[in-house]
Amino acid sequence: MSEFATVMSVLFAAIFTNNILLTNYLGMCSFLGASREVKTALGLGAAVVFVLTCTSALNWLCYHYILVPLDLVYLRFIVFIVVIAAFVQVVEMIIERLSERLYNALGIFLPLITVNCAILGVSLFMVIREYTLAEALGYGFGSGVGWVVAILAMAGIREKMVRSKIPRGLEGAGITLIIAGIMALAFMGFNGMMTLN
Amino acid sequence: MSKARQIFANNMTRENPVFIQVLGICSTLAVTNSLKNTFVMCVGLLFTLSLSNFTVSLLRRWMPTRIRMMVEVLVIASYVIVVDITLKAFYPDIWRQLGPYVGLIITNCIVMGRAEAFALTNPPGLSFIDGLSAGVGYSYVLLVIAVFRELLGSGSLWGFRILGDWWEDWAIMVMAPGAFFMLALFIWIVKGLFLKPEAKKEGAS
Repeated sequence: MSEFATVMSVLFAAIFTNNILLTNYLGMCSFLGASREVKTALGLGAAVVFVLTCTSALNWLCYHYILVPLDLVYLRFIVFIVVIAAFVQVVEMIIERLSERLYNALGIFLPLITVNCAILGVSLFMVIREYTLAEALGYGFGSGVGWVVAILAMAGIREKMVRSKIPRGLEGAGITLIIAGIMALAFMGFNGMMTLN
Repeated sequence: MSKARQIFANNMTRENPVFIQVLGICSTLAVTNSLKNTFVMCVGLLFTLSLSNFTVSLLRRWMPTRIRMMVEVLVIASYVIVVDITLKAFYPDIWRQLGPYVGLIITNCIVMGRAEAFALTNPPGLSFIDGLSAGVGYSYVLLVIAVFRELLGSGSLWGFRILGDWWEDWAIMVMAPGAFFMLALFIWIVKGLFLKPEAKKEGAS
C-alpha cells in the first residue's frame, strides 16, 4: 500500500472503527461535562481537533529526535505533557492577540484541553503503534474529528432529551453513559470496514 | 483524628470520585474488562494519588500561584513514571495490556482534582489520607465493575475459569458498550438505592 493510502486508512479508522471516545474511552470527562449544548460542543471540538493534530506532530518530533537518540524514553510522560501544556498556552496567547471573537469562542476551552486525556492518549498510542510522522498526523486529526462526531451527536441527543422524564438515579451522568453505550454499539457496525494495525 | 475519619467516609460514599463526581471515567471504563489489570491499575492510582497529594501539600507554601498547575502536573508525572518503570520491570505482560492507560493516570481528573481542591489548602498528613481514601473510593467501584464484566464477559475471574462450559460468554461485556452500560447501571443502583437526596445518615459503610 502506498504511503498516502496508509495515512488515509489510519485517518478513517481513527474516526470510525477506533473512535477515540467510544472504543478507547479517552476524553470522557469533558465529553460528559460539555455535551449539554451543540454550540459548546462545537467550540470545544474545534479546539480539540486543532490541538490534537499539532501536538501529535510535535510530540512525534520530540520523541524521535530528542528522546530516542538520548535514550531518555522513560521521560516521555513528562515531555509529552509539558509540550501539550506549553502548546496550549502559546495558542491561547496568539488567539488572544489575533482575534477577540475567536478568543471568546475558544478561549475558555483551551485550559480544559491540557487535562483532556484524549490529547495525551493520542501521543502515547502513536508511540506504542510506531507510526511514521505522516501517520501520526493523520491519526491525530482523525481522532480529533472522531471525538467531535461523538460529542456533537451526544449534544444533539441531550438537547432533545431536556424535556423527557428520566428515572431519578439516572439523571446526568447515568443516562449520558447509556447513550454513549448505544452509540458505541452503533459504531461497532463500522468494524471490518477497515482495521488499525 | 475524627476529621481524618470524616474525610475517609465522605470519599467512600457521598463524595465518591467515580459515581458522584464522575471523574476519572476513562480508566474506569478502559481497564475493567479483566480483574487482574484493574487491580494493578488501582494500586498504581493509589500510589500516585496519595503521594502526589502529600508532595503538593508539602510544597504548597513555596508554589507561585501562577505556575501551580504546571508544578502539580510535574509532581504527578514523576510518580507515574515510577509506577510505569516498576510495572515494566516486574510485570511486563500486564504492562503491555494496560498500554497507554498507565501514563494516562497523569490526566486522570481525580489526581489533579484532589491536588487542587484539597492538598493546596491542607497539611500533608491530612492530604495523604484524603488522597488514599479517594483512591480507595475509586478502587472499590472499579473492582466491583471488573468482577461483573470479567465474569459475564469471559466466564472467569482473575484469569481462572469460574463458570462451566455451559456458560455462553457475553462478548459485549468485555467490549466498549458493555463498559458504558455497566457503569451507568452501577451509578443508577447506587444513587437510586443508597443515596436518598438530603439523607441525614452519615457515611453508611
